[in-house]
Amino acid sequence: MSREQLAVQRARKSFHTGKTKPLEHRIHQLRSLLRFVHERQKEIADAVKKDLGKSEYATELFETIGLEGEINLALENLAEWAAPRPVEKNLLTILDEVYIQPEPLGVVLIIGAWNYPWAVTLQPLIGAIAAGNAAVIKPSEISSHSAKLMEELLPQYLDKDLYPVVTGGVSETQELLKQRFDHIFYTGNSTVGKLVMEAAARHLTPVTLELGGKSPCYIDKDCDITVACRRITWGKFVNVGQTCIAPDYILCEASIQSRVVEEIKKCIKEFYTDNPKTFEDYGRMVNQRHLKRVVALMEGSTIAVGGEVDESQCYIAPTVLKDVTGESKLMQEEIFGPLLPIITVSGVDEAIEFINDREKPLVIYVFADNNKLIKRVIAETSSGALLANDCLVHFTVSALPFGGVGNSGMGCYHGRHSFDRLSHLRSCLIKQLKMEGVNSMRYPPHTAKKMSWARFFLLKQFNVSRMRHLALLAMLAGLAAFVVQRFLR
Amino acid sequence: MERQAVQRAKEAFLSGRTRPVEFRLQQLHALQKMITEKETEISTALKQDINRSQYDTPLLELIGIENEIKLAIEKLADWAAPRHVERNLLTISDEVYIQPEPLGVVLIIGAWNYPWALTLLPLVGAIAAGNAAVVKPSELSEYSSLLLRALLPRYLDKDLYPVVTGGASETQELLRIRFDHVFYTGSSSVGKVVMEAAARHLTPVTLELGGKSPCYIDKDCDIRVACRRITWGKFVNCGQTCIAPDYILCEPCIQGRVVECIRHTLLEFYGADPKCSPDYGRIINQRHFNRIMSLMEGYTPVVGGQSDSSQRYIAPTVLKDVPPHSRLMQEEIFGPLLPIVAVSDMDDAINFINEREKPLALYIFCSDKKAIKRFIEETTSGGVTVNDVMMHYTLSSLPFGGVGQSGMGRYHGKHTFDQLSHQRACLVRSLGMESVNLSRYPPQDRRRARRARMALKSSLIDMSKRTLIWAIVATIIGCGLFIALLVILLIAAGLNCTCWYWRGFYNYW
Repeated sequence: MSREQLAVQRARKSFHTGKTKPLEHRIHQLRSLLRFVHERQKEIADAVKKDLGKSEYATELFETIGLEGEINLALENLAEWAAPRPVEKNLLTILDEVYIQPEPLGVVLIIGAWNYPWAVTLQPLIGAIAAGNAAVIKPSEISSHSAKLMEELLPQYLDKDLYPVVTGGVSETQELLKQRFDHIFYTGNSTVGKLVMEAAARHLTPVTLELGGKSPCYIDKDCDITVACRRITWGKFVNVGQTCIAPDYILCEASIQSRVVEEIKKCIKEFYTDNPKTFEDYGRMVNQRHLKRVVALMEGSTIAVGGEVDESQCYIAPTVLKDVTGESKLMQEEIFGPLLPIITVSGVDEAIEFINDREKPLVIYVFADNNKLIKRVIAETSSGALLANDCLVHFTVSALPFGGVGNSGMGCYHGRHSFDRLSHLRSCLIKQLKMEGVNSMRYPPHTAKKMSWARFFLLKQFNVSRMRHLALLAMLAGLAAFVVQRFLR
Repeated sequence: MERQAVQRAKEAFLSGRTRPVEFRLQQLHALQKMITEKETEISTALKQDINRSQYDTPLLELIGIENEIKLAIEKLADWAAPRHVERNLLTISDEVYIQPEPLGVVLIIGAWNYPWALTLLPLVGAIAAGNAAVVKPSELSEYSSLLLRALLPRYLDKDLYPVVTGGASETQELLRIRFDHVFYTGSSSVGKVVMEAAARHLTPVTLELGGKSPCYIDKDCDIRVACRRITWGKFVNCGQTCIAPDYILCEPCIQGRVVECIRHTLLEFYGADPKCSPDYGRIINQRHFNRIMSLMEGYTPVVGGQSDSSQRYIAPTVLKDVPPHSRLMQEEIFGPLLPIVAVSDMDDAINFINEREKPLALYIFCSDKKAIKRFIEETTSGGVTVNDVMMHYTLSSLPFGGVGQSGMGRYHGKHTFDQLSHQRACLVRSLGMESVNLSRYPPQDRRRARRARMALKSSLIDMSKRTLIWAIVATIIGCGLFIALLVILLIAAGLNCTCWYWRGFYNYW
């Protein structure tokens, strides 16, 4: 039996003992995970620096704070999330117990990505633990230092059997995908996403796919361009553009293009100094293959800012390209690098058309002061999410479901959504063996008279809650009448 | 031909006419008209397909569809409105909400056992959510599918909601085309094929599949009533219901009583010869008839067992002491055979159920509340009904769907709307207050990092209207009560106090 098969089998066996069911166990595991994030902050930051050249502060800001927030949210709300959820009854079930019971699914496979190796791998794990599942964690081999650290340290904090870490490359992942899971949570690109879903189909396993796409960023000419460009610059070059929700390209009118270029140039200088290569807060491309891929995209387009490349260091300078067209190489695939193309459009109409001609992205950014314009973009486009006047921050609001649509993914998570996504919400109806007479209208032999009774009871004419309100009102009126009669003669 | 229908539906959707809520309401009203006006035709088609009695049609299909349409019409404005969510400190002055949006073109593949309900209920949700939908009814329920193809275009928008009929090859052709959601009701083996086809386009799916739904009867419950309800649920539509109780688990000591009660109830429902009862159905086709007959091979039924191949009739049949490895227990029966498997006690029953695939429904007949809770906790299934069968299907506030091999996704009522919508996260900020953002920009240092940390770590605050109103009302009532308490105390302390106040006032002047 292969290493992967063994890990899955052990996780399943451990899950079947029932030890993840009690909330205390889940809370204990979540607290251990929190301890892990606190105690090993330094090791995690070191690993990420080796993988992506990210500074310690950036790791904290973008990876560990989010994790801590999610764990604390889960710890605070777990009892509420896992409790039975009563639902609205109808006349026939008015005396019965009717509720939705959240239950664990079983063994979840979490396939992480390399761009935020800790956030993107451990956030689904929080939801999996909270929902009472076992989870097999497969971190991306491309962020090899983080993967190795995770494999080494996680078993020291979490239950070894329930939450094994399986490292490896393509063949190990394929071996894992042959096994049967109760849910597969994949973060990565659309091509592999299709393979994951196909593999899952063979076992009828539900999937959550957090994929990517080209996230457009429209700048209206009548907004505060300085602030807009500041936020876009930040959002784009964080992690050297290797963020699934980074603004991929800019759409703006030709009249403001040069201004936009100027402002971005100023912000790049402010954030990363004149020489980003030597600056600590500017990262690196994850490996040579991606570096070469991104550099090749620049072909055929005019560089307005930056453009320097140092292959030996996997370094690409923050780069802006102008007068890019829909046919350029830059517009054929998700850039996932520090190249920011600007495409000129005649106005918001053309921008909306441009966006709708392409696949639904993970997020659409709109920068405008005009609320009506923003609402129009929301109404006439579709995307995983829409963020107006800022970049990336919708990721931090855990009440918002984070996920894609169409080619950018399916399913959503964060906060309570992770819990619900990795649970089975089981409908429960508890009746009694009494009042059998009521059921006679459904039994054969059928007669017209029985049918008319059935129609009377079943056709939804009674709004139970409104009836209850009316009954309460009637009672209060009666009480008031009584009081008036008796005491206020 | 299929491609053309899908292309037209896509273009019609892109024209934007499904966006306004009024349009969707108009279509739903039209669908309701179709159901009420054409009830007779629908009943006739069902009689020809599956020998459904004229009363069972409204009872099992049409009333359910009408209720769903009425619910959608009543609540659509509510469902389609933006849903405001909790904010954190960073976003406290922003608009934060979830906007439900249509997905695009939905493919609905119906089943033959309840050809109207299983095809139209998803359609109601698709229309309500603002999608276009290609409806593919099952070819096995031939008359119903032809009738649907004739009727639907007369009431609904022809381009947005085309009906495509045909068999396996037409379905395969459809599955090659790209949709925005595929809604399939049927068997697990075809479910896998549907999901694999959908994977090629990254299309999300809802699969309403089946399985063997166990039915446990506790020895200390009212067996007569339990058997009455089980008999109804099992033999309605001749056992061809995805949530029919597939097999019974009970202790050997009550097995005899169970058989007697079922026999007695069958006599009451269908008379001495169910073949002559207008309320007893038939098997859908020869292939399924042969399949079900072969399941019985080698076992002697204690009730029923008669059959008539020319009419595709199988009598309501009960078999007892069925061994767990028999053919009857290997696949979903989907027919009027009710095996009884003996178990030693409730724990044995729980183990038996857990050793098998997760079923679509689980039924427990028991009067002990604690035992019921334990049974539910230690098993899993799509849904559970205790002390009755199938009724969790009728309550639209309960999500209806499977888990594991019995399916993924869920629907009914608002759940259909949500399943066939995209819940888009929207965060609308303003370009002001840029100073708040300074701590997140590079160059990073300890101070900035600390500020950023503080901002991000704040907990969620619920600013939704309801909470706000309650908070304000509670504050006002609280203040009011406080003031009232003060006044009462002052009066109780003697009117001297107030007099003193006024006297002092006068003295001052």
